Parts: sequence; structure tokens; C-alpha cells
Amino acid sequence: MKQNLYNYILGIADNSLILGQRMGALTGHGPSLETDIACTNISLDLFGQVRSYYQYAAKVAGDKRTEDDIAMLRHEREYLNVLLVEQPDTDFAYTMGRQFLFDVYHFLFLTELQKSKDLTLSAIATKSLKEVSYHQRFSTDWIKRLGDGTEESNKRMQTAIDDLWTYTDELFHQTDADKEMVAEGIGVDVTTLKEAYYQKVADVLQESTLTIPESKYFQKGGKQGIHTEHMGYLLAELQYMQRAYPNMEW
Amino acid sequence: MSEEQIKYLEKQFEERIARDEKIEPKDWMPEKYRKTHIRQISQHAHSEVVGMLPEGNWITRAPSLRRKVALLAKVQDEAGHGLYLYSACETLGISRDELYEQLHSGKAKYSSIFNYPTITWADMGAIGWLVDGAAIINQVPLCNTSFGPYARAMVRVCKEESFHQRQGYEIMLKLSNGTPEQKDMAQDALNRWWWPSLMMLGPTDAESVHTEQSMKWKLKRKSNDDLRQQFIDQTVPQADILGLSIPDPDLKWNEEKGSYDFGEIDWDEFWQVVKGHGPMNKERMKARVGAWERGEWVRDAAMAYAEKQQERKEKQVV
Ligand SMILES: [Fe+2]
Ligand SMILES: [Fe+2]
Ligand SMILES: [Fe+2]
Repeated sequence: MKQNLYNYILGIADNSLILGQRMGALTGHGPSLETDIACTNISLDLFGQVRSYYQYAAKVAGDKRTEDDIAMLRHEREYLNVLLVEQPDTDFAYTMGRQFLFDVYHFLFLTELQKSKDLTLSAIATKSLKEVSYHQRFSTDWIKRLGDGTEESNKRMQTAIDDLWTYTDELFHQTDADKEMVAEGIGVDVTTLKEAYYQKVADVLQESTLTIPESKYFQKGGKQGIHTEHMGYLLAELQYMQRAYPNMEW
Repeated sequence: MSEEQIKYLEKQFEERIARDEKIEPKDWMPEKYRKTHIRQISQHAHSEVVGMLPEGNWITRAPSLRRKVALLAKVQDEAGHGLYLYSACETLGISRDELYEQLHSGKAKYSSIFNYPTITWADMGAIGWLVDGAAIINQVPLCNTSFGPYARAMVRVCKEESFHQRQGYEIMLKLSNGTPEQKDMAQDALNRWWWPSLMMLGPTDAESVHTEQSMKWKLKRKSNDDLRQQFIDQTVPQADILGLSIPDPDLKWNEEKGSYDFGEIDWDEFWQVVKGHGPMNKERMKARVGAWERGEWVRDAAMAYAEKQQERKEKQVV
């Protein structure tokens, strides 16, 4: 099996899986019916993408594993998502902050992935890009509303951005699989996205009357499967049925 | 307006309904018609929204990605139903905030079925099959109800509910044809959801209030007991196909009637849940009120931002 390609696909898909899981958990508990519908929609889009990626990964693996095995039967250390997407929904500002900081990256990333020599990945990228441009618009609008809304919302939004900022740098780290894939013309060189990312984020924060965090201390590890303490609980729910009732069809 | 004038208008109004004309929000309507519709439509809207909670409870634990996507889509549909129904209700001159206030204070009711807990994955199947199934039986006649916005909302809602029912039944089918553990899970869910689903069609005709007026306004076209019979007759053969047994020892085909006889419903349980003392009443309300209160600063921010944007626009024009 092409191990690098396999890991590369998971590195992309796991972000959507974990963020989709987080957004799905909010259904029915959001600040309004409209935001509930939108957050569920984002979750649905992300899981749709996840299924395309994992189905492809299962094909690349070439054994009996299925999309669900890949999604639900790995150990925590084998999930390759960035730490940002697993962060909890402390309040709606954290939810939107996490979404925004990921969406800006996701949009830039997929735009480049469309040029991949791997036709499956480029097709998934093209399809997902339409969805992600909507996600980005939605989260950007909320950053503006909360940043430039009331004094309280501004404070909460700033706190969320300050806290989540530490997880942004990891988005631009390259793993060994990434480097190989870039060399083969399949992968995206994420280091080249960094400038455009921070520029776009800064523009939106500024417009939202929010301060751009100055902290230079960043967290990393997700891409190596070293996660925050939140991850185990998230996976416990995600994997519950597959672990409790192994080898069954649903 | 004199009493005579009102009488005349009421007469015309009732005649329009009898001719199957739709009443639209701007039309004159008796105060009682307006109030009854606000009550029924908002109760329906609240049921959709509270109904998101028991199924939402399984989104993070759905057993496969395919099921997770389908469940998310279903719960999202229910939110959409809530949205159209609140909008239909708002045309009668009440705001969504007022309607929420009625729900949160316990003044407004919602379907009691959502006060039962969802404790296994099979409950997602049972709810789709039985609860959406019973909802369809209740709602299909409403596609021809007299109030235009409600009738139109129902046409759209019913289409989606029948999709939900098929999806729920398909979950049950998969479980019933699965391992013994899965089949047990399905049977257990049917055992727990059967009687509450029958109760969902409302109290027996003997105890049901408002029926006559509602029939005239086409808010109701068949009695609760008739609807219940229809539900049972339709559902029993479906359980047979699943190879599951209905938890009612008195259930028996009655050749003469051409329908099933069934056992006594525990109406004490029904009224207990209606009065707020079901297994999950408190939790459901806590979840709704909690979401609303936690969201207050968010809604305030959105409002403040919109006002600022408006001001900026006005300044630009000047
Ligand atoms: Fe519904
Ligand atoms: Fe409904
Ligand atoms: Fe439904």
C-alpha cells in the first residue's frame, strides 16, 4: 500500500472528521434555530467530505478496511488532525473562532489541492471548496458580529481568539508524508499558505475591532497524533458503537 | 364593529371554509380562530424543536458515517420544520420571542413523546418509524386545513416526515436482520416506544376537548381514536416484516371490523407526562432554556451589529 498517500489523506480528512463531530454535537443547543441549522449544515458538509476521503483511503489501503473502520477504529495516537479542530465549545465565540481559524486555512488549502496530480483528491477538493467558501463566509460574518457587536461579545470573541491562536501555527507544519506528497505533485506545500492565511485573518479581525494576538508561543502535535486532553472524550463518543458492538453492520 | 356585523362576518368566514377556500393572514378572522391557530401551530413548532433533542442525543454516537450523516440531516429537517411553523404562526400576529417565552415558561405544550429518553441506537430507528409515522398520520389531513400558511407548511413538512419514517424503518430493518444483540436492541426499542407512540395521537375521543370546532376549521378531520386505529393497522404488518412483536398481548386482528383490536392504553402515564412529570420533561426544558439563555449575548451582539451597520449605511448616504 502507498503508506504516504494513505497518511496524507487521513491528515486532511481527520480535520473534517473531528471538526464535523464537534459541530454536530451542537445541534439543538445553539443560540438560535438559524445558527443551529447552519452549524448542522457545516457538520453535514464536513462528514460528506470525510466519507469521500476515507472511501478513497480505504481503496488505497487495498485491504478489507472500510470508511467506518478508518473513522472509528483507530487509537487516539493514530488520528492526525490538527489540535485546533478538537478544541471544545466553551461558548459560541469559541465555536465560531475555531471555525473561522480553520475555514480560512481550509479554503486556501483546498484551492491548492485542486491542482493535485491525484485526480481523486483534486475532485474532492473542487467539490468541497464550494461548501467551504460558504463555511468561511458564515464564520467570518459571526466574527464580525461578535467582535463588533456588544462590549460583552467583543470581550468573549477576543478571549476565544487569544486562546485559539496558539493552535494556528500547526496548520502550516509539514510532516514527512506531506513532504513526499509535495515532491510527487500530489500534496500541497502548506508552508506557502501561511502568509496569505495570517493576512486574511488579520484583515477580518481588524474589521471586527478585535486585536491580533501577539503571542509567539504555539502548540503542535496533532499531526503526529499527540492530542490535547479533549480528544479522548471526543473519540469515546465517536467510537462508542463500533467499540461496544464490534463487527456489525448498521 | 357591532355584534350584528361580527355575526355577519363570522357567517361569511365559516362559509368560505366550508367552500374549501384558504384563509390568509390578512383576511378577517374570528379571534377564537386566531387564538386556536396560534396555539396549535406553535405547539407543533415547539414539538419540532424539542424533538431535535432526543435524536440529537445520538449524533455524536451514530454507529457509522452514513448513519451519522442521515441523522444530522434528519435533525436539521426538524429544525427547518420548526422554522416554517414559527413563521406561519408569526403571520397571526405573535412574535417568535413570545412563542419561545411560552415554551420556556411551560405555558405552551409540545408533543409528549419527546419526554422519553433515547437510550440506545435502536431508538433512532423506532422514533423514525413510529414517531414520525404517527406524526404523518396526524399531519397529512392538515395539508388541507383552512389556514393557508399552515396548510402550505404541512405539505412541505409531510414530504420530509415520510422520508424520515422510511429512514427509521430502514434502521429497524437492518437491526432486525443483524446479530441477536442487534435484534434485541430493536425489540427493546419497540417495547419502549410503542405505547407512547399510540398516546401521541391524543386522548380518547371521550376526553378530547376542542374537537368539534377544530373539525369545522379543518384543523382536525378525523378523531384521535380513528387516527390511532389507522396507525395501528398500518404499523402492525410493518412489525411483522421486521419479525418483531408488538408489546401488546391483547393485539388481535378483528375480521369483522377489518382492523386490529388492541389493549388498554395507560392514560395515567399519558397525563403524567403531559402534566410535566415524564422521564425527561425537566431535562428537555432545561436544554431548551439553557440554549436560549446561553445564546442571549450572541443574539444581542447580532442585533447591535446590525444596528451599527444600518447607521453606517445611513451616514454614507448623507
Ligand atoms: Fe418534523
Ligand atoms: Fe412534525
Ligand atoms: Fe421528522
